[in-house]
Amino acid sequence: MIRLAFDVQLAQGSFTLDVADEAEVEVLGVYGPSGSGKTSLLEVIAGLRVPRSGAVSVGGEVLADTSSGIHLPPYRRHVGYVPQDGALFPHLDARRNVMYGSDTRLPTADSRLDPAHICATLDIAQLLDRRVGDLSGGERQRVAIARALVSSPRILLLDEPLTGIDRGRKDRILPYLLRIRRELHVPLVYVTHDARELVDIADRVLRLEDGRLADAGVPGVVLGQTVADERL
Amino acid sequence: MEQTTLALAAFTTLMGVCATLVAMPVGVAAAWVLARRSFPGKVVVETTLTLPLVLPPVATGFLLLQLFGLNSIVGRALDAIGLPIVFTWRAVVVAMAVMSFPLIVLTARAGLEQVDRRYEQVASTLGAGPWRVFRTITLPLAARSLVAAAILGFARALGEFGATIIIAGGIPGQTQTLSVAIFNLTEAGRDSDATRLLLVSAGLAFGAMILANLVQRERRPL
Repeated sequence: MIRLAFDVQLAQGSFTLDVADEAEVEVLGVYGPSGSGKTSLLEVIAGLRVPRSGAVSVGGEVLADTSSGIHLPPYRRHVGYVPQDGALFPHLDARRNVMYGSDTRLPTADSRLDPAHICATLDIAQLLDRRVGDLSGGERQRVAIARALVSSPRILLLDEPLTGIDRGRKDRILPYLLRIRRELHVPLVYVTHDARELVDIADRVLRLEDGRLADAGVPGVVLGQTVADERL
Repeated sequence: MEQTTLALAAFTTLMGVCATLVAMPVGVAAAWVLARRSFPGKVVVETTLTLPLVLPPVATGFLLLQLFGLNSIVGRALDAIGLPIVFTWRAVVVAMAVMSFPLIVLTARAGLEQVDRRYEQVASTLGAGPWRVFRTITLPLAARSLVAAAILGFARALGEFGATIIIAGGIPGQTQTLSVAIFNLTEAGRDSDATRLLLVSAGLAFGAMILANLVQRERRPL
């Protein structure tokens, strides 16, 4: 559980993002169609994008605040980020990918976030000697999530972790995400355009539309109608 | 005393290697700035850096002579610490490095721009500062282009003539390179000797270009 607060305004061409929320979250779902600003929001939280105005804080620590000129660079934020398709480093094997952030781990990192324990939790120990190009979509995604967890993030941002993975395999990844929540206790921000993914995993959902917050609350209420419509 | 063909080729190659070693770090740094940063006046900087590519080499040589000659502060300072440039082998290296610099910047920049920025961004979220990101992500992923840039720069350096003759003079056994020797032999009407050097020169250039093409053809990271 961590307190995540943000109030972000961003303009990029004709697109504007203006979203604010504050809550104690275990898994915060961000739902919306493509182009609604989900990825931009994650990039602002991770420090990859500077908002025009606004503030971001995680666990009470201010990561960015334009009014006081604070903008911690990504490498000082301890915010894990897994972009769509994982973006595994193609010149390193799976093990070196996973261990990339191991020497910048927080000294206070929980022993549950040991690399070995993370690899066991995500079931990737047998993949570590493989080249990145030889991994399947689902395997890549798990290696990318492990890589982010090894750097001992205080919060983990997942951008469409199940996109590009076929339906049968999606059901095999979701349990791993639930294990991160249950066994590793790392809070997640989970971005997706598929409402059904969030119903099982999120404890709070933000629904974005055209860069604005259309709704926020528990998944059943925010997404109930969407999921029911999709099932018809 | 006349230099042997082998000695000429060896001297020219050595000077080319030195020039590449001098031009590469600066060239790659400039290429990175152009590929990854935007700042006011970037177009002017871009144009200035690539100017030696289109400026007459003799004009570049004249500029270098003004900069490193004993009439300038820089030239006098270097002379005072025992590192005179003009009419020494160092002048050959300077001329070659300056002339190959734009080619290195252009090739390296194209390679750096091809590196997907998401890899660099993810690395930074994993705690890597800018220098570590450059060393462990950008550099290896652009390695092929950077090697190609070095080889192209080296090949350009081997053929350098205009700037070299102005600032280094082409003193046999001291600053004379293959291209300067070809010029001197042609002037003296010794066409068959000039042809022999031409073949050596063409062979070196051909080898370097083939290597550059082979390195760049593969897409797999080095």
